[in-house]
Amino acid sequence: MAEPVHVGRHVIYCGVCTLPPEYCEYGGTVNKCQQWLEKNHPDLYQRIWSPEALEAATASLSLEAKERAAKDAKKKAAKAEAAEQKNADRLANSVVTIKRIERNKRKYVTSVLGLEAFGLELKKVAKDFGKKFATGSSVTKTPSGGEEIVVQGDVSDEIEEFLLEKYKEIPEDNIELVEDKKKKGNAA
Amino acid sequence: MFKKDSITASPKQKLKSSIQRSLRTSLLTTFPLLTPYIDEVLPKKSSLEQMKLPDRVSLYVIEGQPIFYNQDNGVPVPHLKLVHRFPQAFPTIRIDRGAIRFVLSGATLMAPGLTSAGGRLPIPTVREGEPVAEGVANEGVDAEGHWSRELEKGEPVVVMAEGKEEACAVGLLVAGTKEVKEKGKGPVIEEAHFLGDGLWRLNVD
Repeated sequence: MAEPVHVGRHVIYCGVCTLPPEYCEYGGTVNKCQQWLEKNHPDLYQRIWSPEALEAATASLSLEAKERAAKDAKKKAAKAEAAEQKNADRLANSVVTIKRIERNKRKYVTSVLGLEAFGLELKKVAKDFGKKFATGSSVTKTPSGGEEIVVQGDVSDEIEEFLLEKYKEIPEDNIELVEDKKKKGNAA
Repeated sequence: MFKKDSITASPKQKLKSSIQRSLRTSLLTTFPLLTPYIDEVLPKKSSLEQMKLPDRVSLYVIEGQPIFYNQDNGVPVPHLKLVHRFPQAFPTIRIDRGAIRFVLSGATLMAPGLTSAGGRLPIPTVREGEPVAEGVANEGVDAEGHWSRELEKGEPVVVMAEGKEEACAVGLLVAGTKEVKEKGKGPVIEEAHFLGDGLWRLNVD
């Protein structure tokens, strides 16, 4: 326990499951947490995951309880793994669509769809676009219920480049450029 | 209460300084032990922000750090990150090892987890009827982890865990600690805020 000094303690949180490391075993991503802790805080790792510590921790439990806990942990880990797999699949399948929409002859807006699938905050990204291209950029609701970012001007190529550079988690193949002509007017 | 993985919050709102003041006093009356640290918890200079969460819960945030939340402007309950920073400022009870995994998956905390060998309930050091020095913080944890005062129903309490250093949950007692000891069964804390719940994972930036 800390001394009653007037400074708050700084608790280290696990980079994988965000819990304090001693609770990682309940988070469902134990293996990853262990790796993370070993790499980033080897001293803490020694304290929590060394064989002696584990021995001491499980000694007080009855055999039956131990078994139950192990089973439970296994189930949880499997669940977390499945969720992760699903998430990865979803990421692989989701596409960012950059659409150039003709607003008036020779005037365009660019709409960007599908960024939220990569865990980006649309509002912040929109602000970044606006700063980067020095144009208006906003988050608007689409009729189908989702949200998209609309940037003034034809900046579709630049947006693609910008996205690839800034948000490395988006694979290049998942970005799609589309041109959209106004419905009425000359058919292209 | 925050069992869902992701909860949606309204954008942050700056609070008036008068409201900040009243929150500060209500925090101090609920947790007198926090007095020495209050300037660090709520620095006078920086402004408090409020986030509204589902179920009429308000979360108070200062400089991107969640401080505490309350429901219907009721009793303030500290956020676990605050508890980790100032563990000695809040009354605690302790659960045994077997109960940890249930609490961390959002179950109601039941009495047997506290009355067993690994659990710790308060042992009052000041007997009832004896005069208590007023204004003096005469509470604390003894070496074993027993809090030195019986806690009443409705009080916010921090839940520690056997063999762990950090707290694992906070919540409001639905039964006084005396009652828990006498009965030895039934729920003790309902709707707690626990490690890894929606509130814990909530992005406050």
